[in-house]
Amino acid sequence: MSPAVAKLRGILAANRAARWSFAVLCTLYLLALLAPWVAPYAGDDESRGRSWAPPSSIHLRESDGSWHTPFVRSVSFTFDDDAQRVWTEDSSCRYPIVLFRGGHLFGLADALPTPGWSASGGGVAPSGRLYLLGADARGRDLLSRILLGSRVSLTIGVVGVAISTAIALLVGGIAGFAGGWIDGALMRLCEVVMLVPAFYLLMLLRAALPLDWDSRVVYLSIVLILSFLGWAGLARILRGMIRSLRQSDWILASRALGTHPWTILWRHALPQTFGFLAVQATLSIPGYIVAESGLSLLGLGIQDPQTSWGNLLEEAMSIAEIRLHPWSLLPGLFLFAAVLSWNLLGDALRDAFDPRGGAS
Amino acid sequence: MTAFLAKRILGMVPLLLGVSLLSFLLLQLSPGDPLSAQRGNPQIPDGLIRRIEAQYGFDRPVPEQYLRWLSRTLHGDLGYSFKYKRPVAAVLWERMGATLLLSLFSSLLSWFLAIPLGVWSALRRGGWPDRVVSVTAFVGMSLPSFFLALLLLYAASVLPELPLVGRIPIGGLVSPDFDQLGPVGRILDVLKHLLVPGLVLAVGGVAGLQRVARGSLLETLRQPYVVAARSRGLPGKSVLWRHAFRNAANPLITLLGFEFSALLSGAAFTEIITSWPGLGLVALEAVRAKDMFLVMATVLMGSFLLLVGNLLSDILHAWNDPRVKLS
Repeated sequence: MSPAVAKLRGILAANRAARWSFAVLCTLYLLALLAPWVAPYAGDDESRGRSWAPPSSIHLRESDGSWHTPFVRSVSFTFDDDAQRVWTEDSSCRYPIVLFRGGHLFGLADALPTPGWSASGGGVAPSGRLYLLGADARGRDLLSRILLGSRVSLTIGVVGVAISTAIALLVGGIAGFAGGWIDGALMRLCEVVMLVPAFYLLMLLRAALPLDWDSRVVYLSIVLILSFLGWAGLARILRGMIRSLRQSDWILASRALGTHPWTILWRHALPQTFGFLAVQATLSIPGYIVAESGLSLLGLGIQDPQTSWGNLLEEAMSIAEIRLHPWSLLPGLFLFAAVLSWNLLGDALRDAFDPRGGAS
Repeated sequence: MTAFLAKRILGMVPLLLGVSLLSFLLLQLSPGDPLSAQRGNPQIPDGLIRRIEAQYGFDRPVPEQYLRWLSRTLHGDLGYSFKYKRPVAAVLWERMGATLLLSLFSSLLSWFLAIPLGVWSALRRGGWPDRVVSVTAFVGMSLPSFFLALLLLYAASVLPELPLVGRIPIGGLVSPDFDQLGPVGRILDVLKHLLVPGLVLAVGGVAGLQRVARGSLLETLRQPYVVAARSRGLPGKSVLWRHAFRNAANPLITLLGFEFSALLSGAAFTEIITSWPGLGLVALEAVRAKDMFLVMATVLMGSFLLLVGNLLSDILHAWNDPRVKLS
């Protein structure tokens, strides 16, 4: 077992909040990994006749009083006098919820006619659809879209932090070790980047990068934007750490031994900062997740056929109508769970690495 | 003091130049220009567009465009907003008020809540008040502002008419019947509209500030001089507020400076979602419309306010802590 894993185990054993948040994160990331299989429908599987269908009610009892495994009814709507949708269930047949159906974890089985129900037209029975968390404007299953969208929302933070940490290591390491005018120039650059308020920089960078329909390009440009926002502050701190390390005796000793400066920097000095970096990375992931959601919410990030949590929340932006379909707020709950868990985990890591306690 | 101020203000110049250069380059990288909308309009003849282009220098090479923009800005002319069809300065002036009102309201709210809460939970460390406050702060910190704004707007839309307040408005700065209201009615109307965006921003602020206040005070209370003051029999209240808190306030003062710019930047999402007509909403619309001069002016203004905020917090530091010298 590597020392990092041992350390993590120690932290999780000591801190209940960290244990819970670790479990939540593992579940979320596992669900994201398996999303196409866990989600009952594909992300673009729409059913226009069921626009804004509410979460399906799950029944156990047939209309004749007999008990069954969980099933749902087919639903349809009519408009009432205020032009609002009134949903009615079709009691002519039931659709049992079954596991391992059609290459998905769960789904609906074929319709079974209700005993004693006289089929009026005798035509084709309307197909059923399972909406555990309700449907969106185009009748797409919200749960499926949340699960598929989690792939973007959950990975973007990790990838973004990895890139910005790499930039910060490079810039901070060089500035701290080289000193002189290189140090001065790099630090002024950091200050300029840090000076532009984050929201404006976000907007400017978004305008500069292509607003493409290819989702991979969009994903990549968002990751790059977020990394560009995050590296400067970290680079400054790392530079300070490297500078103070440079004065220590063992660095002087390895210099005297004739070790190449590059080797000293990468093999000896930078590894000293890894504990700090682990804490910093964990604590900055939530910021990236929120920033991606914010961008997508404003329509500047992931665009419709693709999903992310922020992009799904866009449907809740029509405040005047949100009363009619409050379930469109649910993606935010997932966002909140992920952000809270990363924050709690990061806090526990910080306590473990810095026993003086998190004063700031 | 004067020398210090002069040095700091001079030091801002190269940084602001850097920011303007960075934003100018980023704007040039993006496709389209401020006249894209006009170009697509068949009623505007091509000749007119070319004339406007020549007037604003959009047909010149990029370095020359930047220098022209710079010289105009230094002469106090921020340019013309093609999106709002008014001078940039007028647009900014109008929207600045709304943003400042929102910021002032939410920061007062959050400071008045956060500091007593932080002190209270530090004094009762580990007890149930501390735990409740800490958990709440964590939740508040982890709620993205836009999600909280949506939740509150949803709550406002389903809430029945309340006594005294009536319905809580969902978005905007004033009601449609604002002009018909008396002076008291107008103030109340704006306050009602402030409720949702102000609360959203305050929740985020309280959560962060409370944690810093608590941590910093705990750290200070462990210091030998506090123990010494206690052991000499000074009353607990006096030790807490006159001796410990004043030192514990240093990180809070740093935060005060940051808040200045965070309010601009952080308020943007809240402003957009609650349709509060402030700078954030303008920035989004300006970037979308490639309204170059407006974008440049908003970005520079934001950066300038951040620098002023940092300067203010340095001055406050020196005032609060005699060990800090302004130099």
